[in-house]
Amino acid sequence: MCGIVGLFLKNKALEPELGRLTALMLHEMCDRGPDSAGFAIYGGGDDRAKLVLLSKSGETDWAAMKDQLVAELSAEMELETLHDHAIIRTSADGRAVRRWIIDNAPDVTVLSLGKNIEVFKGVGDPDRVAKDFGLAERTGTHAIAHTRMATESAITTAGSHPFSTGADTCLVHNGSLSNHNNLREMLMTHGEQFQTENDSEVAAAYLAWRMSEGDTLNQALESALRDLDGFYTFAIGTENGFAVLRDPVACKPAVIAETDDWVAMASEFRAIAPLPGVENAKIYEPEPAKIYSWSHAVKGQAA
Amino acid sequence: MSDTLLRNTTLDVAASSVRDVNRALKAADDGSFQVLNSGGAHALACGLDAPVDVTIKGHAGYYCAGMNKHASVTVEGNASTGLAENMMSGTVRVKGNVSQSAGATAHGGLLVIEGDASARCGISLKGAEIVVGGSVGHMSAFMAQAGALVVCGDAGEALGDSIYEARLYVRGSVASLGADCIEKEMRDEHREQLADLLSRAGMDANIADFKRYGSARQLYNFKIDNAY
Repeated sequence: MCGIVGLFLKNKALEPELGRLTALMLHEMCDRGPDSAGFAIYGGGDDRAKLVLLSKSGETDWAAMKDQLVAELSAEMELETLHDHAIIRTSADGRAVRRWIIDNAPDVTVLSLGKNIEVFKGVGDPDRVAKDFGLAERTGTHAIAHTRMATESAITTAGSHPFSTGADTCLVHNGSLSNHNNLREMLMTHGEQFQTENDSEVAAAYLAWRMSEGDTLNQALESALRDLDGFYTFAIGTENGFAVLRDPVACKPAVIAETDDWVAMASEFRAIAPLPGVENAKIYEPEPAKIYSWSHAVKGQAA
Repeated sequence: MSDTLLRNTTLDVAASSVRDVNRALKAADDGSFQVLNSGGAHALACGLDAPVDVTIKGHAGYYCAGMNKHASVTVEGNASTGLAENMMSGTVRVKGNVSQSAGATAHGGLLVIEGDASARCGISLKGAEIVVGGSVGHMSAFMAQAGALVVCGDAGEALGDSIYEARLYVRGSVASLGADCIEKEMRDEHREQLADLLSRAGMDANIADFKRYGSARQLYNFKIDNAY
């Protein structure tokens, strides 16, 4: 069992409330996943690449790592730290920075990369993780969060969701994949770099790979229906978009609610119940093997 | 909270706990109760076995009114997975939509869902009667053995897969029929049963619009043609 929530705002007036509403949703899913939690927030940024990093030991010398990066990549880096996380903003190619860190900084996990996305994770009570990383105060256009009850791999901060391997793309997963080892090998031959043993990271990398090959999000999800084997309810975020996909058997729960102001998705309705205007929402369960997606470029359901 | 309650009592989940509320309901022999601030909590009004009348003034989580016997439970909102699972008798009514596996393995009683039910509604049904005002999701009435499922809207993929003897009545479209499920003739006894079910559920629908589905009875015994 895990808990998933996602909130995609259509009404810009609600953007200052994104973090607060996401925290309310996450709170309701605490008992579905009490061992660890994480969230991705699409809060905007500037033209620079933004990387969120995790120190596995909690003792990484961030300033030293930054100096090394500046020397190696000859680019400006701005560093901000928050608990065991650090955020780097740089005019360098974010993918090159990610590659360098994975290859050279074994104590560091790259949680996200992009212009817009920031991912934060922690082990323990999901409410505390949200508090530690100031979720309720964060603003933005859409957010995805997860509470984990680990079944497939170890309870670690790096093994918490959301998983993000491609720029501004992330995924949370309730379920388990059965062919992730084969897929991981296949994706590695295409240059994808993995940082955990987690099956959900493979799903995130799969989508990132398809989109790097030119697929739209919906095309990538169509391919995923063909290539991913196992149980899943996914919530997926991209720079401007949000999607939900369930496997063809659809054992893992999901409910979607939509108003003129927002689209919300959660494992259970109680996570949607605190949202403003929910009494007038269109509420439904996503059908198996059907892609549901929204984007800020094209408002409304684009699937 | 006291274990003995006066009739017409209001129980507040937010002010006590699901366990306290369920314990109080279970201790009652009769009477009406309102449950406030349900907030989608799990296992509300479970395991009741007296003719009490319970109204949940909000949304219910997993396994609401599970194993119900004699009691009448109304949810004035949506209900999540496993509503009225293994119900034995009594009535369970949901004003909104319900999640998957509603009425799973239910042996008796009447389950009324005024909105839609999602996947696997009436899975392994063992004698209860289910009336859905809206549509049902995929694999509904999977391996249903006895009882009836009435769907006033549409049915999803693989309706009645591997069905035994339950009767399925669908007014709208059926996305596909599951293995060994076929459309069957609507005879007078079926029209009477359907009219009775719609009447007891308070649904206004023309019985002439419904089709009946049931078992082709080709999976009862081993046949080499059924092997892959």
